[in-house]
Amino acid sequence: MLDSMASSCGEWLKGNGPDSDIVMSSRIRLARNLADYPFIKRCTDIDRASIESTVREKLKTGKEFKDQTFINVAELDNLDRQFLVERQLISRELADAEGARAVAIDGLERMSLMVNEEDHLRIQVMKSGFDLQAAWDQINQVDDRIEEQLNYAFHKDLGYLTACPTNVGTGMRVSVLVHLPALVITKHIEKVFRTFQRINLVVRGLYGEGSQAMGDFYQVSNQITLGKSEEELIKQVGDVVPVLINYERKARDFLISGENQHNLFDQVSRAYGTLQNAQQISSEETMYLLSQVRMGVNLGLIGDLEIPTINKLFIHTQPAHLQKLRRNELDTMERNIERANYLKQHLKSDLSDDAEMN
Amino acid sequence: MKCQNCEKPATFHITDLTGDELLALHLCPDCAKEYLKSDDDVEEAPTITGVLQQQLKLEQTAEDLKELDSRECPICGISFYEFRQSGRLGCPNDYACFAGELEPLLVNVHGDNVHVGKRPKRGSEDMEMQTETIRLRREMKEAVENEDYEKASQLRDRIRAIEGDS
Ligand SMILES: [Zn+2]
Ligand SMILES: [Zn+2]
Repeated sequence: MLDSMASSCGEWLKGNGPDSDIVMSSRIRLARNLADYPFIKRCTDIDRASIESTVREKLKTGKEFKDQTFINVAELDNLDRQFLVERQLISRELADAEGARAVAIDGLERMSLMVNEEDHLRIQVMKSGFDLQAAWDQINQVDDRIEEQLNYAFHKDLGYLTACPTNVGTGMRVSVLVHLPALVITKHIEKVFRTFQRINLVVRGLYGEGSQAMGDFYQVSNQITLGKSEEELIKQVGDVVPVLINYERKARDFLISGENQHNLFDQVSRAYGTLQNAQQISSEETMYLLSQVRMGVNLGLIGDLEIPTINKLFIHTQPAHLQKLRRNELDTMERNIERANYLKQHLKSDLSDDAEMN
Repeated sequence: MKCQNCEKPATFHITDLTGDELLALHLCPDCAKEYLKSDDDVEEAPTITGVLQQQLKLEQTAEDLKELDSRECPICGISFYEFRQSGRLGCPNDYACFAGELEPLLVNVHGDNVHVGKRPKRGSEDMEMQTETIRLRREMKEAVENEDYEKASQLRDRIRAIEGDS
């Protein structure tokens, strides 16, 4: 299954939906724990194995889960685990953990259900573009179905109980993944994020906590989980998205106006040229350059390239994806050469056929 | 074009608007990484262990803290010290067991201490019954460790009986 996934790019990089030039995807996750087991930290190996098998058995019976494939993460090799992290289907924490752990994912990669992460269950639903409501409708239903099968740890005053008190209450994290290259270039990004912090929003890089912003992708999410309803939390995050879109558009307008336009056009063209001609290239530089090219396409500065192609290249040039596509384990140096080849092959200006992609 | 900080070719072109004037920077990948990093350290959100440490410093004498640290959850056996070191609780009962310390912490982190969102539709509100199973599991593990297999199998039967009911 993992091998066939590699050639596509999953829901969150599909690149359609409203305002998809700036908003990549919307995501909601719920943290849940079973009432009759200790939290992960105090689980024995037997407890962990028992949680995993209980969840797996119960999910088999629900028709909502018939499209879910249950993957035993403990049995995967490093490359496959890294691959799932790159696709945002599992967290780095789950990949690096030890003991029984699993993830259930559907063919369209819209839903993933991690077992034995920081909490017993981490349910996640992803939608392309800016569509938090659809994500909530789906995850709410999935949560209802699981609750019919399993007893959640729930407290009448504190809500859903979680291993870390920062998630207690709704156990919900609402995130929107945005592409903000112009705010980065104009150095406005920090100011915007400082403002967000004051209203209890968190901003992180693409691959979650502690990661640096890669390719100008940022995740904006709620910080608090207790004392506000799910709808209020969705609104809190949802309300700033139009503001962000507006800021980013203004910054793009600034970059493309008057004198600046030549600089931007030059910068974008050079980025494109480097990606087309490099003989070896790191994943960081690729992300950085692809980000500019993506903006260039959105602003009409590059004509012969489609956004879905760029989105695909973002994920396919990640280390584990590159190795899976080439069906070969490669060291850093080999990857940099392979990555350059891959980019060259897919950015030939006269060949933008989708058939060429796979 | 050469990097303005070293001899390598400049591949990153950054327009800095933070000052009054537009500042164009041309940097190689290495220097750009440095530059962006130094400017990118948006303050980290406070961690749970940090907030807790702050709170305890204000409220507790060293002696009180020592006593608090040694307090253990009767269900999962985690000590308060272990919780405040790792920031992770051991079982659902800890929310009751350490309620006095958690309440100000929750208010600190969330600005609130009452859940107003979704509730499970079916009544899983019988916390005592659920945490009982956790305690029995722990006792079973200890029985196995002490090679008291008879006790362990009795405990296993009790766990199964409870789970069969639910
Ligand atoms: Zn340099
Ligand atoms: Zn406990």
